[in-house]
Amino acid sequence: MNANLKRPAPALEYLTTKKDELIGWARKFSLFPYPFVTACCAMEFMSVSSTLYDTDRFGAALPRFTPRQSDLLMVVGTVTHKQAPILKKVYEQMCEPKWVMAFGVCATSGGFYQNYAALPGIDKIIPVDIYVPGCPPRPEMVIDGIMRLQDKIAGSKHPIVNDKF
Amino acid sequence: MNTALLESLRDKLAGDGREASVAHGLVAVELAANAVLPTATRLKTEHAFDLLLDVTAVDWPQREPRFDVVWHFYSTRDFVRIRLKTRVPAADPVVDTLISLYGSAHFMERECHDMYGIRFRGNADLRPILLYEGFEGHPLRKDYPKRREQPLVSYRK
Repeated sequence: MNANLKRPAPALEYLTTKKDELIGWARKFSLFPYPFVTACCAMEFMSVSSTLYDTDRFGAALPRFTPRQSDLLMVVGTVTHKQAPILKKVYEQMCEPKWVMAFGVCATSGGFYQNYAALPGIDKIIPVDIYVPGCPPRPEMVIDGIMRLQDKIAGSKHPIVNDKF
Repeated sequence: MNTALLESLRDKLAGDGREASVAHGLVAVELAANAVLPTATRLKTEHAFDLLLDVTAVDWPQREPRFDVVWHFYSTRDFVRIRLKTRVPAADPVVDTLISLYGSAHFMERECHDMYGIRFRGNADLRPILLYEGFEGHPLRKDYPKRREQPLVSYRK
């Protein structure tokens, strides 16, 4: 935030807090995921988004296949060095606010791929909000991850005007 | 498995500096590098080996000549496989290309060049296929450091 801004009056501060709560509540139930699916974790992603586990309950049902319409980047599977520029470009194309989930141990840390080909965790190139380890993670873990991300969204500030905008 | 066919192939291919044997249900032929193209031509035209399955290499860092280059062929007429194997030195790892016989050799020779740095004389298109432009070295050679990374995107702080 701009350091020159004066601290708002208490009444305004109260209103801002309530506004953050309201926007946070709205945003946490309208996560539009962009599935960046590269590897075998995709099977578990399909399972978690279909009827049995049903991420629709959390408002995270409708995958958008353009980064411009999505606000949750789910990186599902191994990302190689050759693919890293694509992932970075997809992330940069997403509009604020945006969140990133590292789905599976390869996206989290590279997993057992420690070699010339694999990127050792997507957080080397883009910021990550929630890590779901596992090879692949159980659907319950993914749902837990989504719920934790929702808590994070609900608890964070949602400025209408920020330093990026 | 057609043992009689494999053994007759072995007997036809042995000699002239080629060592042939039957192992694991296929004919394995070891030959000189300059004999690969004529032998592959013969396999295709005379023995109906119409499918090139793979081109790869084996790195023996302590040995001279250091690399084995290995081809596998399959006959969709007789349902048998054959392996050609030759040795090339690290200083000049060159063998003849098979793109005149098999179109799939284009891709597999590019992969072999990526991973082991084997050059294929006559294949003018040895651009990286699995690796990317600017990648240094050949990662499946034994002297490539296990943890060496060559990221395309610079890491965050």
